[in-house]
Amino acid sequence: MTTSTKAAPPGAEEVGRELYTKMTLAAACDERLRQGIARGEFAVTIWPSRGQEAIAAGLGAALRKDDRLVTTYRGLHDMICKGVPLKELIGEVLGRTAGASRGKGGTMHITCPEVGVMLTTGIVGAGVPVAVGLALAARQEGSDRVAAVCFGDGATNTGSFHEGMNLASTWQLPVIFVCQNNLFAEMTPIAETMHIDKVADRALAHAMPGYRIDGNDPEAVYQAVSEASERGRSGGGPTLLECVTFRFKGHYMGDPQRYMPPEQLSAAEAADPIPRYRHRLIGAGVLTADEAVELEQWSSRLVQEAIDEVLASPGPDPSELEVDFFADMKGIPA
Amino acid sequence: MTVTADTSTMTMAGAINEALDEALSADPRVFLLGEDLADPAGGVSGVTSGLSTKHGRERVLDTPISEAAIAGAAIGAALEGRIPVAEIMIMDFITIALDQIVNIAAKARFMSSGRTGCPITVRTASFGGLGSGATHSQSLEAWFMHVPGIKVIVPSTPADAKGLLTACIFDPDPCLFLETVALYGARGEVPSGTHVVELGKADIKRPGRDVTIVCYGRAVIDALQAADQLAGEGIEAEVVDLRTLVPLDVETIMESIGRTRRAVMAHYAVEYAGAGAEIAAQISSKMFGRLDAPVRRVGARFRPIPSARELEAAVFPSTERIAAAARETARYFI
Repeated sequence: MTTSTKAAPPGAEEVGRELYTKMTLAAACDERLRQGIARGEFAVTIWPSRGQEAIAAGLGAALRKDDRLVTTYRGLHDMICKGVPLKELIGEVLGRTAGASRGKGGTMHITCPEVGVMLTTGIVGAGVPVAVGLALAARQEGSDRVAAVCFGDGATNTGSFHEGMNLASTWQLPVIFVCQNNLFAEMTPIAETMHIDKVADRALAHAMPGYRIDGNDPEAVYQAVSEASERGRSGGGPTLLECVTFRFKGHYMGDPQRYMPPEQLSAAEAADPIPRYRHRLIGAGVLTADEAVELEQWSSRLVQEAIDEVLASPGPDPSELEVDFFADMKGIPA
Repeated sequence: MTVTADTSTMTMAGAINEALDEALSADPRVFLLGEDLADPAGGVSGVTSGLSTKHGRERVLDTPISEAAIAGAAIGAALEGRIPVAEIMIMDFITIALDQIVNIAAKARFMSSGRTGCPITVRTASFGGLGSGATHSQSLEAWFMHVPGIKVIVPSTPADAKGLLTACIFDPDPCLFLETVALYGARGEVPSGTHVVELGKADIKRPGRDVTIVCYGRAVIDALQAADQLAGEGIEAEVVDLRTLVPLDVETIMESIGRTRRAVMAHYAVEYAGAGAEIAAQISSKMFGRLDAPVRRVGARFRPIPSARELEAAVFPSTERIAAAARETARYFI
């Protein structure tokens, strides 16, 4: 992906602020949930996204509200940045009736069609073919919306990924394949799971544009997603974006990360995308240091307010099992 | 069942084609996707012949040999409210699409608390009886019965095939529609025009007072022949064609057995842990004390399906095996 050398376009400051706001909100939510789990406040689990916020922010800011998103169990950041209300999201993680599906889905299965989040999958690679179908529906309806699908580097080794990539390319559908390459497939480093240097090269097999970008730079992601969206909307077909990033907290909440070289983790933490972008915005005069602090405090406050609302909502009643299963329950086993 | 004045004689393949044709005409959201569907192939068994010519290749989509992508694309489109009819050419190939069907389609409405539905129909066919061997002959419907969230339909006559398929296509939930290649050429009277058979309604294909043969799909044909033979011996067998396994018409099954007090369960799927195991268990527990004989089951032997004619015949049920089981059950005295 080439970086634009042109002067910052009008609105760049607003975009910068939006990107930074999204990043802090996603990080605040991840931090607070992990804190609550660690303290024993919440008996749930999450698959932390801390470290990967720049991708979610760039993606969420570049997509239109009616553009679709499919993400994964490590996708709370993606959903927050796409606009899923915190109360619905946290409510679902904590299994309360305030949740997006009143506790029937859980962290790995959040759906919020009002902001385009059509599916979250718990099976690695599974969302890829579904995104192809979302894009197919857009074409059938005559809509110019696009479908983005997020997944990790590990997913690109699945059959579903390759089947979906091939179909999207064959039908030239408006899909943006967003690989959040955090360099580990669960607990195995990428060098042990694929023999290619760049995930982006997998696009070559499908005659699809494929770009490797700095997934810790929200503006690079924003730019790349904007271009890919434009390509999709104008009939130019799908794009694969490999956004290179890092996962600070391991595969799951509480992962001891025995597989993680300490120097690799500390180097990644030193390059944390959030302080890095904060410095950049302050340096460019987009944000003052005080404003940055205020934004972070505002994010933490929003998260806490959502948690308070969620905890005030009741847990689901067992009668939930009788609704929203089959539309018609006649003849369905009890 | 919708009663229409006009009928015409056609094969089961023709009846399925007619249901697809009428659904494509009735609703612009309906589309077909699968391998080799479009003309001139018109499907590997010719079932979709003529449909792409009449409705266009945008409505009858040829796909790569990518079962996961076929199912996934159908699911994605269905989440958007389209009405996809996906074809998995041979049921054994559905293994490749299982994740999509089992983990996404079957759970979409429940996990999202009704925020998305997944009105897909997956048509597939059992190729048993053609000597195609172990990976091209299976009847795996019990797998899908075991997954809460998907309807399972197996027609035995051309009229039922048309009416049930139409019901599946316009059902708001995912339906697995299992066709039987050995029955594609079977002829019968089929109502012209819109014909819907309600899902979850068994059909008594032959009344009788001495023993109930509960069956579906190809076993219905054998059971009817067995009933003819038994009639010559003074045994009147009632043949209950389940037509749908989920939802299951428990009432009709139990009402019939309440009269005959004797039951045989027959299907072409493997007998061990097959659909008949569940149904026989329900009969035994619901009718305990009213049965005059133990419930018998007839299904395929617990072997991979062999290719050579003699071996295949030794594995599958037959008119003779069903007749023998029904005869012994009818003559059983405690």
